[in-house]
Amino acid sequence: MSKILINDATLRDGSHAVAHRLTAVQIAAYAAAAEVAGVPTVEVGHGNGLGASSLQLGESLVPDVEMLKIARSHLVNSRLGILVIPGFATINKDLSMAIEIGVDVVRVASHCTEADITERHISYARERGKEVYGVLMMSHMASKEVLIGECRKMEFYGAEGVILMDSAGVYLPKEVSEKISALVNNLTIPVGFHAHNNLGMGIANSVAAADAGASILDGSARGFGAGAGNAQLEVLVAVLEKMGYSTGIDLYKILDAGDVAEKELVEVIPSIKSTSIVSGLAGVFSGFAKPVDRIAKEYNVDSRDVFFELGRRKVVAGQEDLIIEVAMDLAHSQESK
Amino acid sequence: MGDKFKGLKVAILGSGNVGTDLLIKALRSPFLDCTLFIGRNLSSRGMTKAVSLGVKVSDLSIDAIIKDSDCCDLVFDATSALSHKQHAPILEELDKYVIDLTPANMGNMCIPAVNLQDCLSHKNTDMITCGGQASIPLAHVIGQVHDDVDYIEVVSTIASRSAGPATRANLDEYIETTEKGLKMFSGCKRAKAILNLNPAQPCIDMQTTVFAKVEKPEIERLKLAIDDMVRKIQVYVPGYQLIVPPTVENNRIVVMVKVRGLGDYLPSYAGNLDIINCAAVAMAEEYAKSLIREEESGDYVKNFNK
Repeated sequence: MSKILINDATLRDGSHAVAHRLTAVQIAAYAAAAEVAGVPTVEVGHGNGLGASSLQLGESLVPDVEMLKIARSHLVNSRLGILVIPGFATINKDLSMAIEIGVDVVRVASHCTEADITERHISYARERGKEVYGVLMMSHMASKEVLIGECRKMEFYGAEGVILMDSAGVYLPKEVSEKISALVNNLTIPVGFHAHNNLGMGIANSVAAADAGASILDGSARGFGAGAGNAQLEVLVAVLEKMGYSTGIDLYKILDAGDVAEKELVEVIPSIKSTSIVSGLAGVFSGFAKPVDRIAKEYNVDSRDVFFELGRRKVVAGQEDLIIEVAMDLAHSQESK
Repeated sequence: MGDKFKGLKVAILGSGNVGTDLLIKALRSPFLDCTLFIGRNLSSRGMTKAVSLGVKVSDLSIDAIIKDSDCCDLVFDATSALSHKQHAPILEELDKYVIDLTPANMGNMCIPAVNLQDCLSHKNTDMITCGGQASIPLAHVIGQVHDDVDYIEVVSTIASRSAGPATRANLDEYIETTEKGLKMFSGCKRAKAILNLNPAQPCIDMQTTVFAKVEKPEIERLKLAIDDMVRKIQVYVPGYQLIVPPTVENNRIVVMVKVRGLGDYLPSYAGNLDIINCAAVAMAEEYAKSLIREEESGDYVKNFNK
């Protein structure tokens, strides 16, 4: 039976769903439930990774250092994972702190064409004996040839696997199959996939990735994540089991963890709202959903127009400041009509 | 003046995007005489460009200056943070003026629109970072208008094409040095800097947003003061434009600027090269002018034209 390594993003991507306001009690409750279920890796932190708490993206209620300490104290067999994006997180401020607390798994992410900014962070974590992965965000914005080149760079820097993120939830299964098989055929390290559900493809795309040879898949409890949410973890585990893959996760216990998440963490279970569909179609990072909704209301413009304009400008994750400029521009052009 | 003044003799160390753009700007300056353009590889794009402009080049890196220390009085360091840490003590020993364009943060921090004159008494001037040059003057104004600035955050987005290997390897130093500059010039308690690279084609212009948290925003006074500062910056960075004037959104002050370059080496989207290089040239010219003033009755010009 082939194995799939599950990365549980509930306590990281899920932060987006509550504007990065996860509490200490919530983190403790979910980490404990994931440990019991035998989840291999529990990723924790601000939605955009360590060091990303900001006015630009939203400030964390609990500082990264506290989040990691709480999760660490509840994880024994499950490993503690983090995400770092160079440009937000630095080695001195964030990565060294996380390593001191005892993280096991470090994912270093960049926009899909910018892998060379991950070199120092990947090698720093590898040199300290951590399991390190490279992540390419917004991977729909690059061709499979470009993605192969960027993944090879990360492999060269020391990444032990690479993960394609569908940060905008824009892929259909056929594109996932093409890109994942291209990577699997051209790399010697494991390949993973991180889905978003904007177009209702979270599970379908994860299945397509597994069939194409991906051996790492991300999910989150009840789909708790940015925008329309991620691949729902409990469903993913069940589906993979039905397909004959082994995840090492106890089905009943992960269903329990989903219930814990619904009861303790999730304010509103992610659903595919109008803006999420538009965000997916426009190819805009799912984390933009909440600020776009807020700012569109403030400037009295249609949030769907904001998303399509942001898509036209090819914004990347981290460019949330542009939302204000776009909304102001739209408001001006409405006035002058 | 008997002899024709050719300008302060300057060498540029580093032949990447920043160094090559700086070369074109230095050649245009009536106060500067670029005597040597230094890299490590004679066939690089920057070196080829310098040769085509008729500038003397060397591939010996810092050794070029050690071997011929009379070649220049001022060195622009456009290499990398790590390299500048090695270069700084050598250049100090040789008693050169140094203008550092890397985020090594060894010298005295300079924002021409704010503290140009104060920098003259230091021999190593730190131009901070491109995002710092775009944002710190605005942060400074926010700090002048409000006396209780709790937090300043700066987000810059630049075109991927404009970020060479040293810029990419120095993101951490970029963040640390920009944050230090923000605190120093605004007096804020906490600061954060963020840098995004965007690969969109056609390339996007450099854009910088400043967010601030203050007790009581004084928006009308701030607007006037920011307009004033923008005009001061435009004197040395013509492509610096305010695109979102100070406004309060979600309990934070927001100001946004765009920087279009002069299109000297890379096209005009590379405002990040332009703003730090224009600032560096403004500083070098100020050194040149002060030396002229100092030696007005003496042999300064003759000495420099030896």
